[in-house]
Amino acid sequence: MRIIVDVEKCCGAGQCVLLAPKVFDQRDDGIVVLLDESPAPELHKAVREAACVCPGAAIRLEEQA
Amino acid sequence: MTVPSGVLVVGASVGGLAVVESLRRDGYAGALTLLGAERHPPYDRPPLSKKVLSGALEPDRTRLRPDAALAQLNATVLLGDPAVHLDAPARAVVTAAGRRLTAEAIVIATGLEPRRLPGQLPWPGVHVLRTVDDAVALRADLLAATQVVVVGDGVLGTEAAATARGMGLTVTLVGPQATPLASQLGPRIGGYLAELHARQGVQLRLGAAVEGLVGDDQRVRGVRLAGGEVLPADVVVVAIGSRPAIGWLANSGLQLADGIVCDSRCRAAEGIYAVGDVAWWHHEGLGTGLRLENRSNAVEQGAAVAANILGKDRPYAPVPFFWTDQYDVKIQVHGFATPGAEVALVEGSPELGQFVALYGSGGKVTGVLGWNMVKQTRMHRQHVVEGTDWSRVDSLRAS
Ligand SMILES: Cc1cc2nc3c(=O)[nH]c(=O)nc-3n(C[C@H](O)[C@H](O)[C@H](O)COP(=O)(O)OP(=O)(O)OC[C@H]3O[C@@H](n4cnc5c(N)ncnc54)[C@H](O)[C@@H]3O)c2cc1C
Ligand code: SF4
Repeated sequence: MRIIVDVEKCCGAGQCVLLAPKVFDQRDDGIVVLLDESPAPELHKAVREAACVCPGAAIRLEEQA
Repeated sequence: MTVPSGVLVVGASVGGLAVVESLRRDGYAGALTLLGAERHPPYDRPPLSKKVLSGALEPDRTRLRPDAALAQLNATVLLGDPAVHLDAPARAVVTAAGRRLTAEAIVIATGLEPRRLPGQLPWPGVHVLRTVDDAVALRADLLAATQVVVVGDGVLGTEAAATARGMGLTVTLVGPQATPLASQLGPRIGGYLAELHARQGVQLRLGAAVEGLVGDDQRVRGVRLAGGEVLPADVVVVAIGSRPAIGWLANSGLQLADGIVCDSRCRAAEGIYAVGDVAWWHHEGLGTGLRLENRSNAVEQGAAVAANILGKDRPYAPVPFFWTDQYDVKIQVHGFATPGAEVALVEGSPELGQFVALYGSGGKVTGVLGWNMVKQTRMHRQHVVEGTDWSRVDSLRAS
């Protein structure tokens, strides 16, 4: 799995950090910081959920890789 | 309960898409149909009043998923064809184009329709803002305008006013309340918002009743207040709230009130569920029914309904999350920030332009509101989840 975040669409909600704090963090202004762009398999479920609930639709996943 | 052989989702926006995605994520292999009234593939509404209106984001970029991701869902997506009738006992939907769709489970996620002023004519220059087409049309009109009047002092009205001001227009915001967002966030935070808009040069006409629009054979020319005063305008944005899109459910057999009435599982009838802005459901944690109009709710409720369709039988009792961006201020709210609640600042201060406020009622923390304090707001969310005793609020203050 590879994660791509679109900081322009990120609205700083931090839902991703609540769900997967090992993969996502936030700058002080709220914009997402990607800590791990190809996370370990045990994190995939949480990352998929984060991508689904992200209020900015800012998290895109490439599952093949 | 057995898993249905097929699921039909009516309403192809963020809530409907969340149902489809959650079902597949949970391993559902049955037939899925997503039916939408708009011709656009699922897109996101929050940017419409912000970056799309300002021009910072191309309208196309609001698409929620690229084609490839939609295709992977292996769902039949039918766009540009509104449902016009539901037969609940038969679990059948008829569409405007004459399709008759049946499924063992039906999810309704048809959202809201903007309210209009009594007697509002389709005058050039008068706009509502709900769809991407609305946003594109409003932006085109704003680019040619100098004076805008926004009617409505809620979230949408204040965001539209902020964006129009950012585009350099003369903006007047009119609304019936003593402060903007008073009924959502209470008078104190509403007061800070009023100051913010005034500082940015928006003319606020608070506590004002709008009588109607004025115009000529060309276009709208202004807004008339009760008492006769006319606020001149070349563009008028009507943002006076919305009502659930349930007109098509008349004679469906479903119970309708302020939305589709559902139980704590978001079930409206046997095999029929509702999700998102249109759903009025029983929140077991609060012990009352409610309807939420925010994006995170649509997604979380979609996931909850997907789980219940698959037999989980779990009540949906979320800690809501909502945000609004106005100028350079980002306001975020976790939980319930009811107008009658007590409010205590626990971080920062309004003078510093950033703070966190806790809301309490019934002796417990019920909500947290952050004003340009994203991380700290998220940290305080735990107090809402736990329902921290209000008497402890003083000790939660950052020193
Ligand atoms: C301009 C704007 C800004 C916003 N900003 C924020 C924000 O900053 N933060 C936040 O939390 N929330 C915000 N919201 C609210 C958020 O967008 C909604 O809560 C969310 O879109 C609800 O999703 P939904 O799927 O329930 O309904 P909707 O997004 O309204 O989707 C309903 C869909 O159903 C379709 N439909 C209607 N009737 C039928 C029918 N009969 N048959 C088939 N399809 C039908 C509609 O065409 C529509 O596409 C904003 C909304 C708007 C309009
Ligand atoms: S959940 Fe989405 S919008 Fe929120 S901070 Fe994370 S990436 Fe940004």
